[in-house]
Amino acid sequence: MTIQSFGFFVDSFRMAVSSLWSSKMRSLLTTLGIVIGITTVIAIISVIEGLNTAFARELADIGDSNVLYIQKWHWTSDDWEITRKWKKISFKELEAIQEGSTLCDLVTPLVRTSRTVKYERNKLDDTLITGVGKNYQDMRQIHLSVGRFLSNVDITKNRDVAIVGWEVAEKLFEHDFPVGKRINVGGKSLRVVGVIEKRGDFFDMNLDRTVIMPIGSFLEKFGRHRSLTIMAQPNDKMRVNEAIDELRAILRRVRKVHFIKPDNFAINQVDALKELYDKLTQGLYGAMFGVAAISLLVGGIGIMNIMLVSVTERTREIGIRKAIGARRSDILFQFLTEAIILACIGGVIGILLGFGAAILVDAVSPVPAQVKWWSVLLGLGFSASVGVIFGLYPAWRAAIKNPIDCLSHE
Amino acid sequence: MNLLRCTDLVKTYLLGKLQLDVLHGLNLHVDKGEYVAIMGPSGSGKSTLMNILGCLDTPTSGSYILDGEPVAGMADSELADIRNRKIGFVFQTFNLLPRQSAQANVELPLIYAGIPAARRHELSLKVLEEVGLAKRAHHKPNELSGGERQRVAVARALINRPSLLLADEPTGNLDTKTGIEIMELFERLHDEGNTIVLVTHEDEIGARARRIVRLRDGRIESDQKTGSTSGAGVS
Repeated sequence: MTIQSFGFFVDSFRMAVSSLWSSKMRSLLTTLGIVIGITTVIAIISVIEGLNTAFARELADIGDSNVLYIQKWHWTSDDWEITRKWKKISFKELEAIQEGSTLCDLVTPLVRTSRTVKYERNKLDDTLITGVGKNYQDMRQIHLSVGRFLSNVDITKNRDVAIVGWEVAEKLFEHDFPVGKRINVGGKSLRVVGVIEKRGDFFDMNLDRTVIMPIGSFLEKFGRHRSLTIMAQPNDKMRVNEAIDELRAILRRVRKVHFIKPDNFAINQVDALKELYDKLTQGLYGAMFGVAAISLLVGGIGIMNIMLVSVTERTREIGIRKAIGARRSDILFQFLTEAIILACIGGVIGILLGFGAAILVDAVSPVPAQVKWWSVLLGLGFSASVGVIFGLYPAWRAAIKNPIDCLSHE
Repeated sequence: MNLLRCTDLVKTYLLGKLQLDVLHGLNLHVDKGEYVAIMGPSGSGKSTLMNILGCLDTPTSGSYILDGEPVAGMADSELADIRNRKIGFVFQTFNLLPRQSAQANVELPLIYAGIPAARRHELSLKVLEEVGLAKRAHHKPNELSGGERQRVAVARALINRPSLLLADEPTGNLDTKTGIEIMELFERLHDEGNTIVLVTHEDEIGARARRIVRLRDGRIESDQKTGSTSGAGVS
């Protein structure tokens, strides 16, 4: 190849475009498979990227992802039938851990319920009420927009104070300044001392519809008969598994679990949640791969088919080009360029539709989606590859044609 | 020195088990600047000879030297290069690309020669002017008359300044008057020093050449100079 210079590439490109333009409708229909394939890729990548961002933000909010959550249920399995028979997690376990654990110094209890919150004539149903102990703030990253966090005195003295989420503040107080005001939480009066920064949604969970109060005050008002969550933070990130073993031993002892029986409590980890999340996104990627592979295959075969038709229709043109000096490589290159451009047209349409789908999903469903510009390159890369793979055979067929036969072709 | 020298040219086609000899050891020499008509009845082998002379086909045996280059044993891409640089084709059916303008058609050989676009436009306009079609440069073939189309084809054949202009029944699809115009164009190109080999079965057309080679059954039956007006002579 002596003349495969840039100029020649430009000429090939020009020839290909003019040839495709002369059969616009056919070209467009041919790309349909590619369009569907690339739309799928772009839309699903956008959804996964959106989920990743939301999840990463969530993890950051949780703070140290090594924190262990001792609870009456597992996060990652549906063995509700078994776990509901387990004994509640109580202060007895909390105290045993606080006294017995050498690997976790930061330990705090947590309780949750759902109540209606009112201020004057405004009210908000189904608000998440969390009762927290000392150390909670050290283990969770909670940023306040105004006011202060619950102090240790608030917590030890079981004071009737609370910090509220963004939505609670906005809906209840409207134009009033919330700090210092008294709100009614499930019939009990609490004084607002701070407002948490706006955090947005995570799936259909509204993270701003929340109230956080001292655990003692919570239990007094909403009843003591409930299972605790115990948060325990291993001192050494490298020794999380040892910490889990130690906690298990303490809990089995205090709950008098017979040595041949399984645990009757769960030690949950954010990492485990992450594993679950990874499984979910892997599933999405798998689905994307399946749909994209099938539609790109169909699209590729469509392109191959139309290029074979085109080669036959243009037999005479091939003969003329060869007679005036086109080499096999020139003909190959010309038809391959056409196939690639055809595939990339499909790719571009697919990218636009995929972005459209992502924006739509983000707007109308709880699933967050995020348009990533690098997926444009991915989409173009995929479609160009399909063009090359499925354009090669027709182009080769064109290239090896005998010029004499071509010129006598009607 | 011969521009074109065929020695013992043999072409055999295999049609299944049938062996079909089309050329039987043909010898032909053409000098630079000659104007030769190859004539003969159909089946005489003139198309086959034309294809070999035009480097579209290679002989089964024998040698063919074009402008000092032994063409007979060349590979496909080398033949393409020879066609591009040394040969200009004019066909009976014009063979223009229908969707491209006259100028784009004329430029086509230059694309494969790797000439940049600006230079191509310049050269193509000049050669279209030579054939009297500069004003029709942007017309598509279907907007041109038969004679004009053939002149575009001649312009395309000339653009690389080839050593050999090969015309295969160039007037076959034209009416008499237009045919005469095209033949006058060939006359002029010959006067300007181009070497022309023309394949035809029409005596009137052949008679315009300076030399007539008659083929029959794959052999040269006769080879004579005509009484046409002088021009580049035969050595």
